[in-house]
Amino acid sequence: MSQSEKGSGPSRRTFLSGALAAGGAAATAGVAQAQQPDPAITELPDWSRYNGEGVDARPYGSPSEFESHVVRRNVEWLTADTVSSVNFTPLHELDGIITPNGLCFERHHSGIAEIDPGQHRLMINGLVETPLVFTMEDLMRFPRENRVYFLECAANSGMEWRGAQLNGCQYTHGMIHNVQYTGVPLRYILQEAGLKSSAAWILPEGADAAAMTRSIPLEKALDDCMVAFKMNGEALRPEQGYPVRLVVPGWEGNMWVKWLRRIEVGDKPWHHREETSKYTDLFPSGKARRFTWEMDAKSVITNPSPQAPIAHGPGRTIITGIAWSGRGTIPRVDVTLDGGKNWHQARMSGPSFNKSMHRFYYEFDWDGSPLLLQSRAHDSTGYVQPTKEALREIRGENSIYHNNGIQTWYVNEKGVVENVEVS
Amino acid sequence: EGEARKFGLGRPALPEELAAWDIDVRPDGEGLPEGSGTVAEGEEIYLQKCASCHGDFGEGIGRWPALSGGGGTLSSEDPVKTVGSYWPFLSTVYDYVHRAMPFGNAQSLSDDEVYALTAYILYLNFIVEDYDFELSKDNFTEITLPNEGQFFVDDREEVEFEEFKREPCMKNCKESVEITMRARVLDVTPEDEAARKEREA
Repeated sequence: MSQSEKGSGPSRRTFLSGALAAGGAAATAGVAQAQQPDPAITELPDWSRYNGEGVDARPYGSPSEFESHVVRRNVEWLTADTVSSVNFTPLHELDGIITPNGLCFERHHSGIAEIDPGQHRLMINGLVETPLVFTMEDLMRFPRENRVYFLECAANSGMEWRGAQLNGCQYTHGMIHNVQYTGVPLRYILQEAGLKSSAAWILPEGADAAAMTRSIPLEKALDDCMVAFKMNGEALRPEQGYPVRLVVPGWEGNMWVKWLRRIEVGDKPWHHREETSKYTDLFPSGKARRFTWEMDAKSVITNPSPQAPIAHGPGRTIITGIAWSGRGTIPRVDVTLDGGKNWHQARMSGPSFNKSMHRFYYEFDWDGSPLLLQSRAHDSTGYVQPTKEALREIRGENSIYHNNGIQTWYVNEKGVVENVEVS
Repeated sequence: EGEARKFGLGRPALPEELAAWDIDVRPDGEGLPEGSGTVAEGEEIYLQKCASCHGDFGEGIGRWPALSGGGGTLSSEDPVKTVGSYWPFLSTVYDYVHRAMPFGNAQSLSDDEVYALTAYILYLNFIVEDYDFELSKDNFTEITLPNEGQFFVDDREEVEFEEFKREPCMKNCKESVEITMRARVLDVTPEDEAARKEREA
């Protein structure tokens, strides 16, 4: 930017505000005639005149500085500290189905373990013929697979059980990411140790200070679980479990043990802290559901949303969002503009993978009157995303986890968007 | 599938390695190490290493978790879920304290210290009342926690799916729609100063 300050052209700041003003005028008039020449065209910008940085300037590239607001954010009051805490993916700024690695939400219980992969080991023990130890090099010598899966925290939307709380889909729905994992099917690794006939459960354990453990039935472990070392083509990020994590497709994020160091095979579940005190769902009766593993079909409109208002005024308007199901694919999403009186089938776009995010669009002409937007996902099992009220009738308001209720956004005449609940 | 393939990767784990990492404990007592500790010993360790976050009586300080109390609150509007009121198994207390506590200095407690702390947590919850009580590998599984029977296995398929798998209404589904709750009224969302000013303008 030093070149721009020395140059004779307009500064970037004045240039940008000029462009915005021109754009705004055009929008209110529909297909507008330009009243005066657009300086974005008639004035030569710095980037069309001066050379930019060379190929050695950005060995690992970053987003444009104009995208610096597209970041993970946390909510301070949610947790006692930031070490056992969560932050949120900026869903309202993203499109398609793949979450960029640097924006994938984080959930740690004792912070980010920074692990030297040369010192990392994976142990398999318990009800196996031969307990084994693997290095990262060993793991890389198994046949690999590539799969796209969503990872949703069981507590995603958990703050919304009692009603509309947080103003933005980043906060209400952002404990989710969707990436392509490269890794080894877990069954290859378990078979290497040889399962005993009494084997029925596994207990994966992390190498971080929380030493996270969960009980997973062997059937799931042998079906589609993976031991993954790459996400979106590159090594896992430290905050996502570098050098290796468990992938448990369709199941609550807590089970996707990061920094995976050990898997014990047993004949019964362990009932550890993360499946008794936490990740159990309290009902109004005072009893609690346990082992609620699958994440049910869910969707949210990401644009417009409270952090992404409609800035262009009436006219052509794009509604877009994401839908996913832990039990299959998403063949269909319905969208309503009037709070659920009438529904329209949205247009699905992009790849449709099992237990992955799906992208939907609904295009319409906005007349400028207020809207009550909702989306409703259907999954390949025939399950239709319920309203929050339908869930609360069964589960009450204190189950914390597994809130897949339909989200409502209120859009006012100015295009400002708010998180609301409707009758 | 079917036939288990072997790739000849990895090497056998040694007994010392298994002993170093395999510390998990189950409700039936599998995994419990040799050892013991009393309520009195536990109180001393607790006051030194735990009370600054969890409070002198396990009541929890600030937003840090409470370990005791909350009896009879689970069906109320504000349930207080503690070891005494909610946790089903004592083995989870031993396992979790041993593997992950104190927060910031995990796996620094000896097996006997964890027995003592577990005994003290029972005492804080009035599950044992004798200050001289000693918890050991031998008597561990004799103790049951009050809420053990209050958990049921995921029943969504039976309880929810029949209703949620119906073909939904598409046209003229409701007479009217009213807004019943607004996040903006609560105003607890983080936002930058510029966004706040713009919103208030």
